[in-house]
Amino acid sequence: MTLITGVLLLICAVWIYPFLWNLSASVKSPAEVFDGLNPFPSVVRLDNYVRAWTDGWMGRYFLNTVFITFFSIVISVTVTALIGYVLGRYAFPGKKVVIALFAVSVFMPEGYTIIPSFDLIHTLHLDNSLWGITLAEAGGAHVVAVLLFAGFFRQLPGELEEVARVDGAGFLRIFARIYLPLAKPVTATAIILQFMASWNSFLLPLVLTLSRPDLRTLAVGIYSFQGEHQTDFGAMAAASAIALIPIVVVFLVLQRYFVESVAGAMKG
Amino acid sequence: MASITASRGTGRQPAAATAPRPRPKQQQRRGIWFWCYVFMLPAAVLGALFTFYPMVMSWVISFMDWNGFTAHGTFIGLANYRELIGDSMFWQAFGRSMIFMVVGTPIRVVLSLLVAIALNSQIVRCRPAIRTFFFLPVITTAAVVGVVMSFVLGSYQGPVNTLLMALHLTDSPIEFLADPRTAIWSVVGVQIWKNFGMTMIYWLAALQTVPAELYDAARVDGASRIAVLRHITVPLLLPFALVIIVLTAKENLHAFALVQSMTAGGPFFSTQVIEVYIYQTAFAAGETGGQPRLGYASAAGCFFGVVTLVIAVFQLYAVKRVNDLRGQLGKGRAA
Repeated sequence: MTLITGVLLLICAVWIYPFLWNLSASVKSPAEVFDGLNPFPSVVRLDNYVRAWTDGWMGRYFLNTVFITFFSIVISVTVTALIGYVLGRYAFPGKKVVIALFAVSVFMPEGYTIIPSFDLIHTLHLDNSLWGITLAEAGGAHVVAVLLFAGFFRQLPGELEEVARVDGAGFLRIFARIYLPLAKPVTATAIILQFMASWNSFLLPLVLTLSRPDLRTLAVGIYSFQGEHQTDFGAMAAASAIALIPIVVVFLVLQRYFVESVAGAMKG
Repeated sequence: MASITASRGTGRQPAAATAPRPRPKQQQRRGIWFWCYVFMLPAAVLGALFTFYPMVMSWVISFMDWNGFTAHGTFIGLANYRELIGDSMFWQAFGRSMIFMVVGTPIRVVLSLLVAIALNSQIVRCRPAIRTFFFLPVITTAAVVGVVMSFVLGSYQGPVNTLLMALHLTDSPIEFLADPRTAIWSVVGVQIWKNFGMTMIYWLAALQTVPAELYDAARVDGASRIAVLRHITVPLLLPFALVIIVLTAKENLHAFALVQSMTAGGPFFSTQVIEVYIYQTAFAAGETGGQPRLGYASAAGCFFGVVTLVIAVFQLYAVKRVNDLRGQLGKGRAA
C-alpha cells in the first residue's frame, strides 16, 4: 500500500517540477539556467528579480494587477451579495423576470463578447485608466456566486428578521448587522472565485491594453516580455515567479475555500 | 398588482378589535419591495453594461463588415456566415478545438478518477499533500504557465529534453513546440496537466456523496476491494460522470490563454485553436497580420458560441438526470 503512495508522490514531484524549474532558473545566472536538472542552485542571485521588476516593468504590472483584482473583488462580491440576499429571502413583483434573465445569460450563446466590451469601454472613455479593466472584470455574469449567496440566505431562519423588526431595525440594518455577518463562508468562496478570475485573466486585459502598455497586468506583461526579451531567460523566469508566487501563497493559505469553490461550481 | 398579493394568514375570522389593519402591512411590504429593487440595482447596471449588452452586440456585429477604425460597421447581412462556411482556416481551427475536447476529455476524466479513488481510500498516506500538488497548476495563471512551459519544453537544452537524453530515451532533442506535427499534442498535453486537478476535485466531491455505511456494510460482508469498487462506487458515481465529462469537455474548448502564450497558434497555424483564430482575426495579431476584421471574428465567435451552448444544454439535461436518480436513491434509502 505504501507502493501506491510512493508512485503518487513520484508523480507529484514530476507534476510540480515546471514550477520548481522556473523558480530555480529565476535565481541563476543566464549561463546556469540550462546547465542541468538539479533545481537547487548553488548560489542564489536576485539580480534577475531586480531586472524584471524595473527594466521589465514587472513592478508596475504587479501594482496594476493588485489594483484590478482588489477592486473587482470589492465590486463583484458586494453586488452579488446584495442581489443574492433579496433573491434568496424575498418575493417581489418581477422576481421571475430577474431569474429568467439569469437563465438567459447562462444559455445565450456567448458569441465573442470581448469585441463589444472593448468597444463599450472605449465609448465610455474608460480605456485610459485601470477602471475600465476593473469594471469589465467585475461585470461578468457571476451566476455561481449569486446562486451561492441566494441559496445560503434562503436557508437562514426568518425569525431573526422578525425579532429585529420588533426592535425597530430597518431593512438595511437587518441585512448588514444580522444576515451578512452570518454569510462569511459564502463570502470567502465568492472572494476566492473572483480573485482567481481577475488575477489569472488574460484575454480582456490583453485586448484593453493593446494601445496602453502601461496598464498591463502581470499575465499580459509576461506574455509581452517573452516577445521583447527572448534571450533573457533569468529575468523571464523571475517575472513569471513574481506573477505566480502571490496566487500560490494565497491558495496554500486558503486551500479549503479554493477546493470548495471549485466543487461548488460543479454543483451550480 | 397589490391586490393580487393580498397578505397571507389573514383568514376570514370574526374581526376582533385588535385585528391588524391591512394598511400598515401593505406599506411595510411596499417598503420591502422598494429595498429589493435598490439591492438589485448595482447588479442590473453592471449586468446590463458588461454582460447583456456585449452578448447582444456580438450577434449584431457578426452581421457587419467592420475594421474597428470607424465608429460603426456596415451591415452586410449573412455575408460573414457565408464566407465562414467556406473558410478552410476556420474549419481547421474548429477541428483543432475538437481535438482538444475529444482527446483531452477522456484522458483527464479517467486518469483523475483513478487518482481521486486513491485519495479517497484510507490506504494512501499524505493525502492532503498529494491533493494539493495535483491541484496547484489549476489555480496558476494560464498565460504565465504557457510562457514557462515554452521554456520547459524548449527544444534546445530545455529540462524535458535534457532529462529524456540523460535517460537515453532519445538521442536528439525532440522539437516539442517547433515541429507542426508535435506542437498540437504538446499543447494538449500541457492543457491536460494544468487542469487535471480540477476534474480530480469534481470526482472527489462526487465520491464524498457515497454514504460511508455502504462501505462499512460491504466490509462486514467480506467484500473484496474490487467488488466494492464494482458494485458500490462505480454505480453511485455514474450519474456524476456525465456532468463531469460535460464540464471537462466545455473547459477544454477554452484554452486561449495557454495556447496564445505558448505558441501563439504556430508553428504554421498548427496549434491555432478556434479562440486563437478569432482573436487573431479580430485584432490582426496573427502570423498573417492584415486588417482587423471584427465583424467576421464575431460571426466565428457566435457560431462557436452555439456549439458551446449545445454542450451546455446537454449539461443541463445531464444534471437533471442526476437529480432524478438521486431522488430515487433517496427514496430507496428512506424506505
